Formats: sequence, C-alpha cells, structure tokens
Amino acid sequence: MSDTQVSSAAASTLGGGVTSGGDGAGNAPSPAARGPRSSRIGWRQRFEITLLAGPAIAVFVLFVILPVFMAAYYGFYRWHGYGKPTDFVWFQNYKVILSDPAFRHAVLHNFQIVALSLLIQGPVAILLALLLNRKMRGRSIIRVLVFVPWVVSEIIAGTGWSLMLQTQGAVNAILTDLHVFGRVHVDWLGNPHIAIWTLMVILTWKYIGFAVILLMAGLQNIPEELYEAATMDGAGYWQTQWRITLPLLGPTIRIWAFLSIIGALQLFDLVYIVWGQYVAGVAGVSTMATYMVQNGRLAGNYGYGNAVAVVLFFISLFVALVYQRLVLRRDVAGSEGKAR
Amino acid sequence: MTTSALEAGTARRTKPSRAPKPKQPWGSPATYFIALVVIGLTLAPVVYIVLGGFRTNSQITTDPAGLPHPWKLSNYTDVLGSSTFWTEFFNSALVAAVTTVGVVALGLMASYVLARYRFRGRGLMFALFASGLMFPITVAVTPLFLLLKDLGLLDSRIGVILPQIGFALPATIIILVPFLQAIPLEIEEAAAVDGCGRLAFFLRMVLPLSIPGVLTTGILAFVASWNSYLLPLFILNSPESFTLPLGVQVFSSQYSTDTAKVLAFTSLSMLPALLFFTLFERRIVGGLQGAVKG
Repeated sequence: MSDTQVSSAAASTLGGGVTSGGDGAGNAPSPAARGPRSSRIGWRQRFEITLLAGPAIAVFVLFVILPVFMAAYYGFYRWHGYGKPTDFVWFQNYKVILSDPAFRHAVLHNFQIVALSLLIQGPVAILLALLLNRKMRGRSIIRVLVFVPWVVSEIIAGTGWSLMLQTQGAVNAILTDLHVFGRVHVDWLGNPHIAIWTLMVILTWKYIGFAVILLMAGLQNIPEELYEAATMDGAGYWQTQWRITLPLLGPTIRIWAFLSIIGALQLFDLVYIVWGQYVAGVAGVSTMATYMVQNGRLAGNYGYGNAVAVVLFFISLFVALVYQRLVLRRDVAGSEGKAR
Repeated sequence: MTTSALEAGTARRTKPSRAPKPKQPWGSPATYFIALVVIGLTLAPVVYIVLGGFRTNSQITTDPAGLPHPWKLSNYTDVLGSSTFWTEFFNSALVAAVTTVGVVALGLMASYVLARYRFRGRGLMFALFASGLMFPITVAVTPLFLLLKDLGLLDSRIGVILPQIGFALPATIIILVPFLQAIPLEIEEAAAVDGCGRLAFFLRMVLPLSIPGVLTTGILAFVASWNSYLLPLFILNSPESFTLPLGVQVFSSQYSTDTAKVLAFTSLSMLPALLFFTLFERRIVGGLQGAVKG
C-alpha cells in the first residue's frame, strides 16, 4: 500500500493544492513518521530540517517560483528592459495579447498539438511498451535504440529533421526512390496544410521514448501472477493486455498524459529550431511560447513578453486543474481504499 | 509493510526478466519484424546526421538520401580540430556535471527530510516542489533573464546552472522520496542504538541505499542539462560561454552552405549524452518504477 502514495501525491499536488493524502501522511504514513525519535520536535530537529531542506527550497524559490511572480509584475508595464519599469499600463498588454490574431492562432495550434499528441503518441507508446515488454532476444539493445531520439537534444533533432525535410532533402528523395508516388516534391515545412502533421511526426519521433520508458516502468509493477492466472483461464494475448494490462497501467497512462499535455502547451524548442521565428506563424505551427519569444525578447518588449508568459501560465494551470478534477482525481480517490 | 515498500527499490533484481537468463525464447517473428521497423524509423534521422558528416556537400545535393561515396573524414577531423567545438564541449560538460551534482545533492537532502521527518509544513513543502512541475522553464525564462541580469549572472555558466538545478528539483524529489521511504525503520533504530545520529545515519546508510534512485535522477539531470537550449539561449551571449546546443545553432547558421560539416558538428555533439544514456538505460527504467507505482 505504500507504493500508491507517490503517484497519488504527485497527482493531488500537481494542481498546487494541498489535499489530504497528498503528503503521504493521509493514506500511508512513512515509516519514520512513527519513529521513536520523531515525537521530539526540538531545536535539534528543526536545525537538521533547515540544514537539509534549506538549500533546495532556497534555489527552488529563487529561480523557479520568484520568476513567475516577477512575470506577473512586469506584465503590467510597457517596458523595454532598461532601468526600472515606470510605464504602468494596467491590463493593456493583456488586451493586446488576447485580441492579437497571431496569439489566438498560436493557442489554437497548441491545443491541436495537445489533442494530436495524446491521440497519436498514446496508442503507439502503449503498443511499443507491450512489444518491448515481451521476452525476446536482443530486447535490451532494442530498448536502448528506441530511446535514442529522446536523448538526442532538440537542437540536433531539429537540425537533422529540417535538413531532411527540405524540398530537395532526403525524405522527398526516398519517397521518389520508392517509385510509388512518382516524383515527390512536397514542401513539408512550408505548406500550412502539411506543416502541423510534419510537426506531429517530429514530436512523436522525439518524445515517444519517454512515454515508453514511463509505461515500461509501470508494466514492471504489474504482478506476474495475474498473467499466469489469465493464461490458465484461457485468455489470449490481446485479451490479457486489454483486460489486465491496460486497466492496471491506467495510473501511469494518466500521469504520462498529464506530462504530455503540459509539454505540448509549453512547446518551444523544436518549432523554433525547425521553422524559425517567422516561418512558424505562416506555416501554422507557431505556439504560445514561440509567440512569447518573438514578441517579447526578440522585439525588446519585456513587459509584453512577461504578460504572454503569464497568459501561458494561466492557460496551463487551468488545463492542469481541469485534468486533475476530471481524470487524476480517480487515482487519488482510488488509492485511499486500495490495499495490497 | 516496510518490507513491501523496500521491494519498490529492489524488485528489479528479483523479477524474472532481470534474472540471469541462460536461454531466452525467440518469440514470434512478427514481433521482430515490428521491432525492426520501429528501430528503423527511430534511428533513420540519427543515422542520416552521422552518415551525412562523412559525405561531401555535392554528394548531399545530388543524392540527399544516399550513402557516403567515397567516405570523407575531413568534416569530422575539422570539427575535432577546432577550438570552438572543444570550448563548447567543455562548457556543456562543466554545466551538466555541476548541475547534476547540485540537483542530486540538494534533491537528496530535501527528499530525506520529506521522507523521514515529521513536522508541520511537510505537506506544504511537498506541494511546493510538486507544483514545480507546473512551472516549466518556458514560462519563467523571460523574468529569469531579468532576475539573472539583476544578480549579475548573465553570460556566466553559474547563471545557467542555478536555474537548471531549481527546475530539475521537482522531478528529482518525486523520484527520490519513495526510495528513501523504502529504507526500513529498523535500520534507523539499530543505528540509533549504536549511537548514530540522524545526520550520520543519512551519510552512512541513506546515501548508499539510495544509489539506484540517485543514478536515475542524476542521469536525467545530466541529459536534460546537456541538451538544454532555451535557457542558455537567453542567458549566454558571448561565444566563449556557449554550450554545445547554442554552438550547433551558431555553427549551422554560420556554415549554412556547408551542410556536411554542420552534420559532423551535430553528430559529435550528441555523442556524450547518447553514450551516457546507453550505459545507464536500465537504471532509469528501474528508478522510475517507484515514481509510477499505481
């Protein structure tokens, strides 16, 4: 039962709220919590806690939490980054952002990417994880190879893909050499009807490894006996996967989906590297983050850029809270009554 | 209960798949076929980059998808002979190493507090770190740039390292806490009987026992730092302080006509992370197991 607490703790606190059970004390107290010495909360223990947790909290608050509040502050100013911000403009920046068609398009693209990521990567990752979980020769080598794209940096993946996807590039050349489609001359990156799908292929290629790693870790937690029992009852391979693996993998899938949604909303690197700052908007793959960098830092409008960051944050937060209410809640609620 | 918790950390070793396997069954051919197709698709772009480095530009132009013919080593030797590459390599290595050590040290200490101490505000502290998953670097990077400017840390490696540590802490803590909770209370009691204080217990017992989790989080932090792009893009602006991802970008716009050399530079800069990951891949899956328990 103590194994349920991390995913549920992560799930219940993701939205930022402190819920009971979220700290692990609610459903499964940590061993030390009942320790003989833990009742003596003296200066010595306080000193130890401060000494051990202090540095992490300091770095985290200073470089992660504080910047977000700073963004909220600077977002109210028209400011170009020199000296102190003085030109307080209330919600002017936000009005401009929300009425800018370029931003609305970026938001739309983000949500398209969220939906397509879940629909494409989810099933593919589950099938891959099942495949890699089968006993077969050379499995460990196959595993390493499947994870290669995830380890390769965004800049390298982006450079490689953008070269391959040129109209004169390798992808078109290979398709031509297949002699099925005739002479292929597709503008994979520039054509606004195709670009979003090109992006999805690149994203799937790049991030499927992470989904597979998570799912494989989840698969290891499913007790072998369940499969043995299913086999004895005469269940076939796919029936077993559908009835046993998939439901038991549920919590892992939901955590992955959460991370994938947040990642898709924050997407920046690959779009920026492959499409650059100007083409992305035209090709229909600009995201909120590329909009933020283009209109904030690159344009020298730091006040405006910070306001975009705030909008981006609130959209992510909203989606995360909705997701937590609708989906993750089940895991948290379920873990309370679950016993091994 | 404590023993079942301990299994979270050690189950890998007892699983049949981890046991020494004298004879692995071959399985069905369909499995291998699908696996081969998947591997082909995942590796193709990487292979393209690596092989492209061995070609000449005219080879790439006339036959974009061909093999090197003849093989040309000079692209790689040129890159390896350039001081730019090595400066950036050194910067990346230093930033990644310090980030990794920092994340693991701070993360382990904070996780130990969360896992083994009971105090008011413990839930709040966990919530604080877990909320960090909601604050990706994309949102924070613009104000972070301004903050580091005020602190005088712009264009310095420490200005990249400190925020990277901060942003890696949430995942590290979420992975490490279950590892530390899995250490049986009896060991701590026995240590206490032997006159071992909690801090000494931390150093002598907790550190060695949490090695699997530490490796997982350490590798993840190292690879993330090695590949990090957005933060260095904002913080670093002089070529001497560039890390490899920025170097790749600058190099590819500088030598945009010399595709082959760009590909050579690119493939050399991905090697260390790939090597690192390949060596420790098993550890990562094992270490994440605790974090996705359902």
